Amino acid sequence: MFNYTFQWKQAMARLPQMLDGALVTMQIALLSMLLGILLAVVLTMFRLSGIRVLAGFTKTWVEIARNTPALFQIYMAHFGVASLGIYLNPFLSLLVGITFNNAGYLAENFRGALKAIPDTQTRAARSLGLGAVGAFRHVVLPQMLRISFLPMTNQMVWAILMTSLGVTVGMNTDLYGVTQDLNALTFRTFELFAIAAVIFYVITKVITLGARLIAARLFRY
Amino acid sequence: MFDTALTANDFIFLAKGAWMTILVTIVSVIAGTVLGIVFGTFRYQVGPIWAAPLTFVLDIFRSIPLLIQLVLANAFLGTVLRLNLSGLTIACIVLSMYCAAYCAEIVRGGIEAVPTTTRRAARSLGLTWWQDMREIVLPLATRVALPSWIGLALGVMKDSALVYVVQVTELLRSTQILITRLQEPLLLLMICGAFYFVISFPLARFGGYLEKRWSHD
Amino acid sequence: MIEIENVRKSFGPLEVLKGIDLTVQNGEVLTVIGGSGSGKSTLLTCINGLEPIDSGRILIDGTEVHAKGTDLNKLRRKVGIVFQQWNAFPHLTVLENVTLAPRKVLGMARAQAEEIAVRQLNHVGLGDKLKTYPGRLSGGQQQRMAIARALAMSPRYMLFDEVTSALDPQLVGEVLDTLKMLAQEGMTMILVTHEMAFARDVSDRVAFFHQGVMAEIGPPAHIFGDPQHPETRKFLSSSRQ
Repeated sequence: MFNYTFQWKQAMARLPQMLDGALVTMQIALLSMLLGILLAVVLTMFRLSGIRVLAGFTKTWVEIARNTPALFQIYMAHFGVASLGIYLNPFLSLLVGITFNNAGYLAENFRGALKAIPDTQTRAARSLGLGAVGAFRHVVLPQMLRISFLPMTNQMVWAILMTSLGVTVGMNTDLYGVTQDLNALTFRTFELFAIAAVIFYVITKVITLGARLIAARLFRY
Repeated sequence: MFDTALTANDFIFLAKGAWMTILVTIVSVIAGTVLGIVFGTFRYQVGPIWAAPLTFVLDIFRSIPLLIQLVLANAFLGTVLRLNLSGLTIACIVLSMYCAAYCAEIVRGGIEAVPTTTRRAARSLGLTWWQDMREIVLPLATRVALPSWIGLALGVMKDSALVYVVQVTELLRSTQILITRLQEPLLLLMICGAFYFVISFPLARFGGYLEKRWSHD
Repeated sequence: MIEIENVRKSFGPLEVLKGIDLTVQNGEVLTVIGGSGSGKSTLLTCINGLEPIDSGRILIDGTEVHAKGTDLNKLRRKVGIVFQQWNAFPHLTVLENVTLAPRKVLGMARAQAEEIAVRQLNHVGLGDKLKTYPGRLSGGQQQRMAIARALAMSPRYMLFDEVTSALDPQLVGEVLDTLKMLAQEGMTMILVTHEMAFARDVSDRVAFFHQGVMAEIGPPAHIFGDPQHPETRKFLSSSRQ
């Protein structure tokens, strides 16, 4: 049928290397998510602080993250920051870029989630003697994170997919980078990237299903 | 104001890249939307079991990196099938399917949001399936789907930055080429980012506005 | 004439119509009463062909509704139906709601369709709301609009499925008045209703449904004054409270 001989065996021989890459991909995604959530919480507190400069800072961050390509944000972390005299290695550039993106999108999700939490919750917490930060930390934050659970899993999938962009700033230890290097070595482009695609697919499915199981356990009430 | 090596020619080069970004986006969003409407309507119409194969295929486009989709399509169409397609064509094919995969979900959600009782009333007046779709479902589903669709179209524009991998020199690629040559990354990236932002920000705001307005009805 | 012959219908394991036989003559007003789950609303949607039936047949002017070759869209022009939920088309004005079917189904020109629509809307007392969107109307007004929408197709038969039961009590009267007016004009109608006083007032015959069976049928004076079936008595005494 095709004038092309698939050489799956040759490509499959590289699977261990690719799985090592997949591990790095998952590490970056997970790290960028944890940092992203942390930053998004801080950004949300800025927004709620009532201090205009801080709220404006959050707004700017969110809008840039949402209205420019993720690849642009990674370039910014690599080339842009470098022109300020700070040189980030490929790993850090990728991590910073994805984290910036995650934090922006998550902060926006948190904003939506906050709308679903009635003001009376804060008031009730304050009436019990909790301070503003205490009320946020003990009453609002847990509810906010719970409502945002599904968007957070979506963002986690995005983070996995975004790691593939690291190759543009010289990253070569993640799944895409490894595949790219193997391709330069063997030229089995289709076979290698098809395997990489399957690995990505499995990772994203495991995350989605895992999140569903966790949600079912955590949010029983 | 700026001490820069940027010349008029460089700006033309950037403008060409920007045009490529817009071209790829418009073609892919139009084709992807048409396909997405067909897929989404089909999925709604036949139910989850019969639509499972289609659902599975569309889900693949949302579960693997776009970069890999482009590389695979390029390798498959070019090396395996030996078709002589331009990078632009391949970029548009892949982005259209990518857009269609998300659009099908939006369309299905839109149709599902139209109450079955309203559709029943339309059919009871003698309207055919097609007339019901066109006169009742389309206008009502559009209200639900339009804000998300705007978000999708902007998403496709941002993701079109990846088509460099099939040798299409769009805006971000042009910017990178100039960065390598001129060594003025910050200025160039700011111009490039501003371009995306100026298109995306107002449209995203507009989508948010529509969502707010229509959710009150 | 609507002829219903031994109609059976199940939803899964639940049989909701257990062999219904019923004939409605032209010009007749038939009211169907009965508890919830008695199958009375299902019967109406079957007559209109919106639900398939399992066995038996329904004939409208001699045409079998559920036969294979029957053009349902054509048949439905003869049979208007108004539901409990008024199902206004929210994106269309009152006038457009009413002109939609005449234009798209009957292929009428806009001017002609509007003329008919205005006449029907005046008829139900909504002549001043032509350009209004349904979202700004009260439930009673929307329900009257739905009646005008069905009437604009000049149906020979009208089916009303508990058209007042989703309305606030103070809005029920205006819709019942509209129905009464139609009955007096000689429209052939089948009404499913919980408004007993109204049923007694307008019907030529009243049918009592109980658990998928037509337990009793007769003139209102008999059904309400001297019910024969024990279930009818039980139902009427409970609905009086």
